[in-house]
Amino acid sequence: MTADAVSAPAGQADGPAPAAAPPVRGPRARTWAGYLRYGAGKVGGAAVSLFAVLVTSFFLFRLIPGDPVKTMTGGRPVSAEQLAALRREFGLDLPLWQQFTDYCGKALTGDLGTSYQFRAPVTEKIADALPNTLLLTGTAFVLYTALGIVIGTRSAWRQGRLGDRLNTGLALTLYSLPSFWLGLLLIIVFSVGMGPVPGLFPTGGMESGGEQGFAHVLDVAHHLVLPVLTLVAVEYGQTLLVTRSALLDETGSDYLTTARAKGLRDDAVRRRHAVPNALLPTVTLIFVNLGRTVAGVILVETVFSWPGLGGLFYQALSVPDLPLVQGLFLFFASAVIVMNTVADLVYPLLDPRVGR
Amino acid sequence: MTLLDVRNLTVTYPGGAAAVRGVDLRLDAGQKLGIAGESGCGKSTLALALLRLLPAGTKVTGEILLDGEDVLTMRWGRVRAVRWAGASIVFQGAMHSLNPVHRVGDQIAEPILLHRKETPAGARRRTGELLEHVGLPAARVSAYPHELSGGQRQRVMIAMALACDPALIIADEPTTALDVMIQAQILRLIEQLVDEQDVGLMMISHDLSVLADLCDRLAVMYAGRVVEEGPARAVHEDARHPYAAALSAAFPRIGDPASRFAPRGLAGDPPDPAAVPSGCAFHPRCPVAVEGCDTVDIGLREAAPGRLAACVHVPAGNSADARSTP
Repeated sequence: MTADAVSAPAGQADGPAPAAAPPVRGPRARTWAGYLRYGAGKVGGAAVSLFAVLVTSFFLFRLIPGDPVKTMTGGRPVSAEQLAALRREFGLDLPLWQQFTDYCGKALTGDLGTSYQFRAPVTEKIADALPNTLLLTGTAFVLYTALGIVIGTRSAWRQGRLGDRLNTGLALTLYSLPSFWLGLLLIIVFSVGMGPVPGLFPTGGMESGGEQGFAHVLDVAHHLVLPVLTLVAVEYGQTLLVTRSALLDETGSDYLTTARAKGLRDDAVRRRHAVPNALLPTVTLIFVNLGRTVAGVILVETVFSWPGLGGLFYQALSVPDLPLVQGLFLFFASAVIVMNTVADLVYPLLDPRVGR
Repeated sequence: MTLLDVRNLTVTYPGGAAAVRGVDLRLDAGQKLGIAGESGCGKSTLALALLRLLPAGTKVTGEILLDGEDVLTMRWGRVRAVRWAGASIVFQGAMHSLNPVHRVGDQIAEPILLHRKETPAGARRRTGELLEHVGLPAARVSAYPHELSGGQRQRVMIAMALACDPALIIADEPTTALDVMIQAQILRLIEQLVDEQDVGLMMISHDLSVLADLCDRLAVMYAGRVVEEGPARAVHEDARHPYAAALSAAFPRIGDPASRFAPRGLAGDPPDPAAVPSGCAFHPRCPVAVEGCDTVDIGLREAAPGRLAACVHVPAGNSADARSTP
């Protein structure tokens, strides 16, 4: 904290200070030093969290009942020697602590092991499924974030009016729906068709196959509609409610009276003065959500048979395919931690009071 | 020339609290008017009412003639044009009245850009000049409010109030949150700026001695009413209304040993604006209340040439009007 360092020259400059008072360069330079120290602290904290995740991901999934080697052999009759050979191949015969150190050592070099069921490197499986997930969750993320912020600020500004009550009520209702249930409902109504509604959209998957070029893009977009709609409906409420309540905390502030007294229009008071002050909680949420976008959405991807990370995780859990489960878990958690850290690093740029 | 003429102003908040109950005030161009009273007497509400800054749903009646134009009947576009360009406000506690996430230079430049249609470069130049005018280095434009001390923030607030050369500056307890030394500096600064630019000043404070020192005229408010009005020094030294006298005695007079030992202060709390006592609102706390004070509402009477007070003990010879409660 350099708060005292900043205010010390400020205090001296009080009173009819000589025009040549030079405190300008001082605080500025110290502010940057303060920012670097603040940033280093946040990055250090993230590193500790990442290590904790590494440890958790290793031990947590070893608590899942089931013998991976037996699942791999698919119940076929195998001799004890063959099982032992498989165990040796995957290093499962080693003591637990040795498995753990091997795992940590390899993870640090970017090697997350080999999937039991796919017999392919875990990193490769993740890299294959990641673009599909990002297409789905990224699209949804952009839409629900924009929707949540726009409706949230308007709701707060007109607190208690009919529009606010309707919007908040609708958002809460959708927010509390289980995503798989809503997804299934949408499939029944808009894919299968119900009553006068024809089956407009495919029931699942990402593409019909066969199309090329622009037709392929359209086809993927067509497959994207229902899962994105499901995600947006379930997720936008959270952004809306956080934005709304953060802005409500600011509405009574004195500086808004000052802004009005200056003769600013009401919407300028909101956009220029209230929203920037209320944005911090929303920014936190945006970055957490951004981290979650790579984690995919297991339920929605499963319901819509989307070939992404969520579906992969589901497959890996049922074996259990330990290296794949661990790898995915580590990847998901790292994404959230990294995005949180980015959010922490962005705060001071948005709000000068943070971290100095 | 009359700059501000407030006639029979009443303000009632949603929920029924009558914060201002029939106030008449006049302020000439270049004059300094002080408004004194305890917390809750309606003086800050009065300041906000002048620029129609009270929350929606608040009932405001009467007339507020600013340069002859009634603020209360203006269209909103005109109100916004009058705000800051016609009359600006120095708010109390500049920590909260400045936006914490904007640089102070941008906050000062904002009304200049809005009302003066200045170019950004021109506004920047003027902002620097204004800061130097209030005794801060022009380089401070890039500071955030939290990087400044309390006194510096109040200077920024004053620079901001001067930005569009308003004819009237309303200062709402501008020195309340400051220590005594800085308080004196800020008061001198306000006095100097008002004198050299010939703007009208309406200074609101609970500190009668500060107002008596700075202002030409002084109005003392109690429970939403002006109870005494007159030349500042005269009101402070020889108050005719018992409340004004108590308020005056609450601050010891330097160099006057008698005042140090005189009983001072006032028992009880100011009345709840939602349930103002009948008759003279001051009668439950009044040391000289007589029979009838709890039923008859005495209006302002001429207590001496150029002086008004609303008390039954003021001879009713030239009574302005005496209203009685139904």
